[in-house]
Amino acid sequence: MSTATQFINIGERTNVAGSARFKKLIVNNDYEKALSVARQQVESGAQIIDVNMDDGLIDGVSAMTRFLQLMAGEPDISRVPVMIDSSKWEVLEAGLKCVQGKAVVNSISMKEGEAEFLAHARKVRDLGAAAVIMAFDEEGQAETADHKFEICERAYNLLVNEVDFPPEDIIFDPNIFAVATGIEEHNDYAVAFFDACKRIKANLPHARISGGLSNVSFAFRGNNALREAMHSVFLYHAIPAGLDMAIVNAGQLTIYDDIPDELRERVEDVILNRRPDATDRLLDIADKYRGDGKAKAHVVDLEWRNLPVEKRLEHALVRGITDHIVADTEEARLTAERPLHVIEGPLMAGMNVVGDLFGAGKMFLPQVVKSARVMKASVAHLLPFMEEEKELLGTAGSSNGKILMATVKGDVHDIGKNIVGVVLQCNGYDVIDLGVMVQCEKILDAAIEHDVDMVGLSGLITPSLDEMVYVGKEMQRRGFTKPLLIGGATTSKTHTAVKIEPAYTAGPTVYVTDASRAVGVVGKLLGDSSVDYVSGLRTEYAKARDAHQRGQSAKARLTLKEARDNPWTPKDGGGWGAYTPPKPTFLGTKTLTNYPLENLRNFIDWTPFFATWELKGRYPAILENEVYGEAARDLFADANAMLDQIISEKWVSANGIFGFWPAERNGDDVRVFADETRDETRANFHGLRQQISKGNRNKPNFCISDFCAPADDYIGGFAVTAGLGEAAKSKQFEADGDDYNAILFKALCDRLAEAFAEHLHQRVRREFWGYAPDETANGDDLIAEKYAGIRPAPGYPAQPDHTEKAALFQLLDATKETGIELTQSFAMHPASSVSGLYFSHPDSVYFGVGKIEKDQVEDYARRKDMSVEDTERWLAPILNY
Amino acid sequence: MSLWDDITTASANRILMLDGAMGTMLQKQQLEEADFRGTRFADWPSSLKGNNDLLVLTKPSAVHAVHDAFLAAGADLIETNSFNATSISQDDYGMSALAPEIARASALVAREAADAWTAKTPEKPRAVLGSIGPMNKTLSISPKVEDPGYRDVTFDEVKDAYVEQLTAMIDVVDAILIETVFDTLNCKAAIAACRETFVAVGYEKPIIISGTITDRSGRTLSGQTAEAFYISIAHAKPWAVGLNCALGADEMRPHIEAISRVAETRVIAFPNAGLPNAFGEYDETPDDMTGQISPWIQGGIVNILGGCCGTTPEHIGAIAKAAAGATPRIPVAPKPTLRLSGLEPFQIAV
Repeated sequence: MSTATQFINIGERTNVAGSARFKKLIVNNDYEKALSVARQQVESGAQIIDVNMDDGLIDGVSAMTRFLQLMAGEPDISRVPVMIDSSKWEVLEAGLKCVQGKAVVNSISMKEGEAEFLAHARKVRDLGAAAVIMAFDEEGQAETADHKFEICERAYNLLVNEVDFPPEDIIFDPNIFAVATGIEEHNDYAVAFFDACKRIKANLPHARISGGLSNVSFAFRGNNALREAMHSVFLYHAIPAGLDMAIVNAGQLTIYDDIPDELRERVEDVILNRRPDATDRLLDIADKYRGDGKAKAHVVDLEWRNLPVEKRLEHALVRGITDHIVADTEEARLTAERPLHVIEGPLMAGMNVVGDLFGAGKMFLPQVVKSARVMKASVAHLLPFMEEEKELLGTAGSSNGKILMATVKGDVHDIGKNIVGVVLQCNGYDVIDLGVMVQCEKILDAAIEHDVDMVGLSGLITPSLDEMVYVGKEMQRRGFTKPLLIGGATTSKTHTAVKIEPAYTAGPTVYVTDASRAVGVVGKLLGDSSVDYVSGLRTEYAKARDAHQRGQSAKARLTLKEARDNPWTPKDGGGWGAYTPPKPTFLGTKTLTNYPLENLRNFIDWTPFFATWELKGRYPAILENEVYGEAARDLFADANAMLDQIISEKWVSANGIFGFWPAERNGDDVRVFADETRDETRANFHGLRQQISKGNRNKPNFCISDFCAPADDYIGGFAVTAGLGEAAKSKQFEADGDDYNAILFKALCDRLAEAFAEHLHQRVRREFWGYAPDETANGDDLIAEKYAGIRPAPGYPAQPDHTEKAALFQLLDATKETGIELTQSFAMHPASSVSGLYFSHPDSVYFGVGKIEKDQVEDYARRKDMSVEDTERWLAPILNY
Repeated sequence: MSLWDDITTASANRILMLDGAMGTMLQKQQLEEADFRGTRFADWPSSLKGNNDLLVLTKPSAVHAVHDAFLAAGADLIETNSFNATSISQDDYGMSALAPEIARASALVAREAADAWTAKTPEKPRAVLGSIGPMNKTLSISPKVEDPGYRDVTFDEVKDAYVEQLTAMIDVVDAILIETVFDTLNCKAAIAACRETFVAVGYEKPIIISGTITDRSGRTLSGQTAEAFYISIAHAKPWAVGLNCALGADEMRPHIEAISRVAETRVIAFPNAGLPNAFGEYDETPDDMTGQISPWIQGGIVNILGGCCGTTPEHIGAIAKAAAGATPRIPVAPKPTLRLSGLEPFQIAV
């Protein structure tokens, strides 16, 4: 949509000649902050951005080029046209070569004669820009109305007739000069400007008029209040005379009617040159109105404060602004009949707007969680009044429905669950959150006690899947009929359909893909057409079960023996025989206590962080994403600010332990020896082997033990955490109702733990095992795993059995040394922890075991000395039967 | 009267047809590395398969056959096979020095094919558009995510490469087609190159400009809306302006309408045969595409129609049939006023 507008504000703050702050930023090469000046201008209502780099300390061509090229990458700034401002032609030309839009050059003139003027005009025309033409000729800048118009008319005729310059692309600047300087000849400058404007508009069709507004008040430097009044009065008269645009400080314009009468009259006397003593009379009262004027800088930003209270609440919710929420809530409460009406009225209306924007893809998760924080703050203010009222009247509030949520027994991961909780609360549901590691009995007892409308289960690690099936069975047994929602990273529609739904047939079971779907699902389940929805789901899940069955019979499988006959072996140099395993620099373990967090920061892989917030895409490209780049940038800025605090204020501490032992491959297992004599077996790590047929494609059926040599090799192990102190701090946020920061914090702890693992692995490769001392992989290379050796974690695709952590933790004495504990499901607590094994072979790779057959389960159970039933329970997600 | 005067006259009376996808048609010929190399480049150090522009030197018959097929299907205008014939784009194959030779040969192959059909059907003259592609480097977008201010090419380098390409073709082609513009600043360099070339040779050729809205966001890759794009390139005084590539006709519709509302010149549209499927192929049949384009014809929002990726002579033939006898769009004549643009259009009240 076009912005058709009457008077155009050109932002002036990105001008080194006019803004000392901007100049300092450019001189110091701080372009990042300099860009924020441009952004403020656009936010404050500038419709064109004036960029000027004319200063003795600055290389104009390169500064203009760099700034405009950086601006091109900032859609919230570059959406508006640019005015390339310089007195040097080479700077103007360099600027024109950086902007894709149609810009304005400011300015060209006949100062150096007609020939040069026309040569410049041709280039401006060919590069597709409009031009400001200064009323300046060989004799100088025009001061009188006659001279101003004379120059403009001459320039106009030359441009239109000689170079075919489009007349609508001509913008005249007939020179705004300072008045009230004490020099008598200057008194008529403003009037001359107004007259020239009128004549230009009457005689030079389609041409526009611009000017540098702040010049007019130059005599009153230091008295911003007075200057603003002068600007306002000047514009009041110049716009009707024909001024189309002016370079102004967009955030700082006084409204003409708001100027005190006395001041306005005396300013007007000066501007219009109405009496000989006008300057003296203005000077007389100047001090009276002296103010720093800065207070008005954010006038435009705070305009929403003038809205009615309902709209203010809506604005605060949509924008996630907590600053005024308590005062606004109180104001709304005082006018409402009951405090509850504030929630049911303006707050719900605001959250509905948030919900609609979220649903329409116009708001993104981090913004919604910020909105929820505002909502919570508002509700927290109302709560005591509602309690008081409840005591008086004995009534209770209504809600859209009540949902119980929990992370199941043995699992400690709750970021996703918390996000779903927040989103549901935003949509008017009561959420009862039982937290993490919740026993089945406790979940079901609470469901009955609170008479909830549905139960939501969350989990991240694979054993949680089994626990969810158990909860389903228990719900069936105890006679529940309410819906059961399933969500979390390892859950899937297939697992829900194949395992959970058959266990709980008395009520609906629904798999929820992600937080953004949760509201839709809950709404449908509680809605009028829930019967249709549920029967549709049943059909869908029945189909998923059929597809699962068919999928299983379709794929060619190998027996365990066949798979073992096709192991991975080193490719070159005649297999293991020609390979000498590298020896670690020490054997045994090393403990790292209070590891410096700042060393981990650069190892953070941000892509999964954004995925946590359902912003999908690779970092850093995601920051420029067309649709949710803005949300991603805001989130990223918040994350980095919090990281600064986490590190400087030591919110969490990071501990780790790692070690190396002599080891050798023993079939599908790795035998770990106590010392170099290789007599005493200290532990066994067990492997699972791929059983999918690789056809004749010459691809091995991998097992992790394949990467350990059959003799004289070593294995490493590690456990690291960045979550010590995490629980206390996140509780603090939650107690403050600040889910946004609570979730942000946990997600960052997760990232720090992963970064710790990545960083330690690099040190292991370079220093401790030392087989790659010259490795230079960094950043993206690390994420892309472009290095030698692997660090597979128990419970992940290469070895999906979480129980293997038991042996690892014992070997490392990890709990005692680091404070990381294992739950009954072998989840690590704190959740922000990572553990795994180290293999050094340069050709070792990550792989997925995939589904396994009964023959392997029986063999594996025997090797681990576990019952087949127990083994099947732990490996449930990967059983192919 | 020159051939182009005839084309201009015809454009007032009917919707003109542009050709379809050169790349798609070459792909169908299943050319191998050896075809691309020919004898001349048999020992070229890098792989040449995929350098479609090079075929005008090594296998011109393949390119000629495509031109011929589209002309037979009813195309009034054909594009030279010179999309990547600039020293910058050819650098991918180490063939920068050959770019002018490729550009010239592409013009000659197209000329020969078009002239043969003009001789066959004198009442329907066929014209050659010198195709100027977007280049593989962009002036508005940094190739380095960590430094958004970085550029791996300058405006003058882009402009000079286009001047070289234009100089090689200008005396052979009837008009210039700056197409698949995803970065308007590259297009502005191409426009500046046209000006420079016109001054050097002492005559001008009409310019046609076609931008690319890359996805449903409704923006070019460099972030502009269709209208902002038009404002940014209007100084070229294009003979026609419009959109091509990236989208199928249905997805392109709102954006071509936006241009149609503001363009003071003819409107050209040559969409893809739908959006690519999972295998990168285009599925829309000639009937599908014609079905989507027919409302544009009836609505009078276009002057020139054609096809981009995935469109075959059958597509062009079907669209030509649907467009036959239809009234072309009449360019709008808005009141002159200052129009500017950033990523979005900006206009001062008339």
